[in-house]
Amino acid sequence: MGLEEKLPNGILLASVEKLVNWTRKASLFPATFGLACCAIEMMTTGAPRYDLGRFGMEVFRASPRQADLMIVAGRVSQKMAPVLRQIYDQMAEPKWVLAMGVCASSGGMFNNYAVVQGVDHVVPVDMYLPGCPPRPEMLIDAILKLHAKIMEDPLTPGRAADMVGHRTELLPSSVRYSRNGVTHGLRPPSDAELAEQTARVEALRP
Amino acid sequence: MTRSRTPETPGAVPDGPRHSRETRTTEGRMFTVTGGDWDDLVSEVGGEPAGADGGFESDERIIVNMGPQHPSTHGVLRLILEIEGETVTQARSVIGYLHTGIEKSCEFRNWTQGVTFLTRADYLSPAFNEAVYCMAVEKLLGIEVPRRAQVIRVLLMELTRISSHLVALATGGMELGALTGMTAGFREREEALHLMEFLTGLRMNMAFIRPGGVAQELPEGYRERVQAFLEVMRSRLPEYDKLLTGQPIWQGRTEGIGVLPLEACMQLGVTGPVLRSAGLPWDLRKTMPYSGYEEYDFEVPTATEADCFARFRLRLAEIHESLRIMEQALAKLAEPGPVMVTDRKIGWPAQLSLGSDGMGNSLEYIRQIMGESMESLIHHFKLVTEGFAVPAGQVYTAVESPRGELGCQLVSDGGTRPFRVHLRDPSFVNLQSMPAMSEGGMIADVVAAVASIDPVMGGVDR
Repeated sequence: MGLEEKLPNGILLASVEKLVNWTRKASLFPATFGLACCAIEMMTTGAPRYDLGRFGMEVFRASPRQADLMIVAGRVSQKMAPVLRQIYDQMAEPKWVLAMGVCASSGGMFNNYAVVQGVDHVVPVDMYLPGCPPRPEMLIDAILKLHAKIMEDPLTPGRAADMVGHRTELLPSSVRYSRNGVTHGLRPPSDAELAEQTARVEALRP
Repeated sequence: MTRSRTPETPGAVPDGPRHSRETRTTEGRMFTVTGGDWDDLVSEVGGEPAGADGGFESDERIIVNMGPQHPSTHGVLRLILEIEGETVTQARSVIGYLHTGIEKSCEFRNWTQGVTFLTRADYLSPAFNEAVYCMAVEKLLGIEVPRRAQVIRVLLMELTRISSHLVALATGGMELGALTGMTAGFREREEALHLMEFLTGLRMNMAFIRPGGVAQELPEGYRERVQAFLEVMRSRLPEYDKLLTGQPIWQGRTEGIGVLPLEACMQLGVTGPVLRSAGLPWDLRKTMPYSGYEEYDFEVPTATEADCFARFRLRLAEIHESLRIMEQALAKLAEPGPVMVTDRKIGWPAQLSLGSDGMGNSLEYIRQIMGESMESLIHHFKLVTEGFAVPAGQVYTAVESPRGELGCQLVSDGGTRPFRVHLRDPSFVNLQSMPAMSEGGMIADVVAAVASIDPVMGGVDR
């Protein structure tokens, strides 16, 4: 993806990989790529109530050179598609794309002559987020899942070969970050644990 | 950013700085700049001596492209500015980057489904798009909407006006560098959106207003929620005066900027806050009342400065007026009544209730159509598969959206689908005043002028 690919083989990078991924995911700068309704919800997510700053992402960069994540927020028209691709090409590696909303993901309800039927026709997409428009909480959830993916990115081609077939386990952030959760980011709860958890919450109710 | 030069420049030129990639087009040399120092580029463009390769004079005109992906162009608007130094000599806008084919798509759906598309046209004022379309359909059908549905429409429209104006203040502030204005605007907008979600079920793109009325009765407890919203807004709106109105930087950036006098407004067909900032109290709610607006007591704020600051102040004043209208609408809602026309061939079945598998038609309704009345089942089936037929003809209706006159032209050939749906979107019409506002000013003032028009590209391109 970047400089690390130029490193000679045989250098031990196991912990460095974790450190690099951690720094990458903890200050992911999104590019301002607002298109339509979803752009308003994206701005809302950056605004005080939902506060993307909690995840180190409140700085939306206008210059694609300074951005790592392109949140394609809204319907991509045929006229916009080449612009979108140019912005993507201008972003420096490593870079990620989040298709926000059902229009960017698949064309959605606009199955017609004007709208690109999914932004994955134009750029590779790392995370699809359905909804019309998705709520800010859903965008945050998608971003946190993307963070989880970034944490398991291989650092070198050798590592990538080792990790063929590996899939990141994507927990809903309601589980991963739940206060009374049993797992706290380790694994999804079993049915028995969920039942016990529910009973505990229910017992607190007056 | 792409810069282009108009004169033909034959021959080879030395390699430019690494940040600028030069391409030759029929219009001249194009530079794609993605970073680096502006001075380097200027010296490269203008610093070459005129020689055998046809170099440039530094006083030649430069055309700067701004957008469509630019943080200060209010969406995916593309501006092409011809500049002389920092002064804009000509400005043109390029639109169509968000063309979604909404009007065309409507022709392939039935009349009720059209609401779902049109609500996404101008995505900051969904209730207005829905209302104007439904009013046009009702005019073609020749039906009168129940009074309570009209009051609910007014309530939703004014709530939408507040949230739309707050975004106008927020994004306008962001584009001019007043980032606190943006955070404050979005904070208050959340209050409006939470109320909207409580009333209609969705934050945006609600499709709650339907031909014949509104989808459902308002949920229980709406009165307290609306009251609470009014109180919160009244306590917080004075903060905007502290934050922006009296702020010297904000005044300096907007006062006397983007002036568009009344004659120019009239010639360009401009409506909304831009027209009212030039002194004409033209507001369709007063001049051509619809949905019972003649019963409400409210003012139409105007100004005479015709600049960006006046438009900002008008938007703020309109939020206050909208709160007044909402309060009066709330009082009118005390009177119970139907919210949808009683003609079952038009009223969409929306007796919803929350079941174990989510929201759906209520059990009583299902029981009626499935178990009790074959007639009801046939009606239901006909309505949701085919829709209702609308008499042939064409109509135009208009409402006062946050940006000006939002019109809807409908043509029906007598079928169950529209023959043509067209929106007269105020963003689109007002946008053509951008050159008149910004030519002769500085580049930075173009941003202020565009922000004060508050065009929503979803409405412009549709």
